[in-house]
Amino acid sequence: MISYESKRLAKKIRKTSLEIVSRSGASHIGSALSIADILAVLYSDVMKFDSTNEQFAERDRLVLSKGHACVSLYATLHHVGMISEGEIFTYAKDFSNLMSHISHKVNGVEFSTGALGHGLPFALGKAIAAKVNGERWRTFVIVGDGEMQEGSNWESLMFAAHHNAANLTLIIDANNLQSLTSVDKTLAIEPLQKKIEAFGWECSDIDGHDHNQIAKSLAKKTLKPHCIIARTIKGKGVSYMENQVAWHYKCPNSEELEIALKEIDNA
Amino acid sequence: MRNAFMDELITSARARDNIVLIIGDLGYSVIEPFADEFPDRFFNAGIAEQNMMGMAAGMASEGMQVFTYSIGNFPTWRCAEQIRNDVDYHNLPVTNVVVGGGVTYGSLGYSHHAIQDYALMRSLPNMTIAAPGDPIEVRACMKLILKNKKPFYLRMRKGGEKEVHQDMPELIEEGILVKQCKGSKQIVISTGGDLNKTISWCDENLKDKSDIYSFPIWGAKNIDYITKILKKYDTIITYEDHLDIGGFGSWVGEICVENGLNKKLTTLSLTQEICGVVASQETLHNISRIK
Repeated sequence: MISYESKRLAKKIRKTSLEIVSRSGASHIGSALSIADILAVLYSDVMKFDSTNEQFAERDRLVLSKGHACVSLYATLHHVGMISEGEIFTYAKDFSNLMSHISHKVNGVEFSTGALGHGLPFALGKAIAAKVNGERWRTFVIVGDGEMQEGSNWESLMFAAHHNAANLTLIIDANNLQSLTSVDKTLAIEPLQKKIEAFGWECSDIDGHDHNQIAKSLAKKTLKPHCIIARTIKGKGVSYMENQVAWHYKCPNSEELEIALKEIDNA
Repeated sequence: MRNAFMDELITSARARDNIVLIIGDLGYSVIEPFADEFPDRFFNAGIAEQNMMGMAAGMASEGMQVFTYSIGNFPTWRCAEQIRNDVDYHNLPVTNVVVGGGVTYGSLGYSHHAIQDYALMRSLPNMTIAAPGDPIEVRACMKLILKNKKPFYLRMRKGGEKEVHQDMPELIEEGILVKQCKGSKQIVISTGGDLNKTISWCDENLKDKSDIYSFPIWGAKNIDYITKILKKYDTIITYEDHLDIGGFGSWVGEICVENGLNKKLTTLSLTQEICGVVASQETLHNISRIK
């Protein structure tokens, strides 16, 4: 099953992310492109939400723990009708709500992050609240693979398994790049799947750009909390950005932006 | 004090099904009545304060009023970023309840001295400190906390403290006049669990020449009531079980300066000589300025 809707949305997310980053002179575009397919599938095929009512009680909750990849979520919310055309281009400007790490002041955003290792504990709190209250909505949280170096995540992994928070899905954006070099060379976290399974979770290892695999793993009913290790490419979709650590920081100029947008259109 | 807290918490949990207690693997012989009566709303986070605080924020974001419980030195600096970013920035109804404020657990050593906690909490824009002086004030603080959907830091000593007040104060946030000396232009203001000791110190050293106030509710946004009190006096003495840097006395001093109040201020607090000294609370107080 291929969802053409999610494919279309992924393209839009990538293009808008590039445009708003380029206009504002901001950074972290590589991380944003890395999670575009995950967000596209979540918002096209998986999550319940009401674009006219941010507080829709039965909505599924999404926490973006790697807050620096925020443009990808802002772009998604723009294309599902929760952030206006006028607002999206205020990104990173003085007094904008759209700060360069994800902000709960923006329509459709559950939680502000920026310091790493905060999203999973918070999402776990939401999942436990849903269990206590007998609610059926699900909680999703997206973290980076480098972020798994934060000890707080492992505290949450233990608690979630101990209390069987099967309504919680952790998605690890495993692009194997962090601030200076690869995750492997910085502080190795592998074998991630075995570690997470040993903590009492169910864990899948998938291609994080394959929409079928993403949708299938997100739809999986599990009896334990579920972790999806999504193998991704930082900068995915723009040839000169892919797997280049420099695009954690750099901002595309107008010529670079034009090339990037063409590549995405032609993909 | 801790039994008064638990009593109020249980009463509120009977009336409201959104009250949750998360402990940081502490509270033996205190928390059991809550855990037994409300097993679905009681969690032991284990020895993992970062997750405890982040999770508390997550639950609070879904309409729960969450109380975390631990010893003061642990759920403060260990998870300072979770308190700052998750609880305070999102302005969520999480109350960080601690026992062992100050050097209550003196002989357990520096690791167990909660003596910089006020400095952390009073720097957070949405946080209100609730440092009650006796078990009656604990109950009054709990009534205030339960009415407000916002972050609180409830700091207590431990157990066995004698009651100072006869009646429950109606507006705990205004402070409580404990003793009045007619016409006095001098005031002693105490915050935290040593109100009894403050009164003894005043009796011994000031011989009925000073008014005494207990002022448990304070922090970044709670400056109006204290300013009104300070204006009435020429000489101010503050009393707290916290280091001199960044504590209650510093807060009062800053308010005086910012409001152009030209007062004589003495801060009775812990001094840095006590850091690393193993001794009872009383001995550590004696080494410091709290005689």
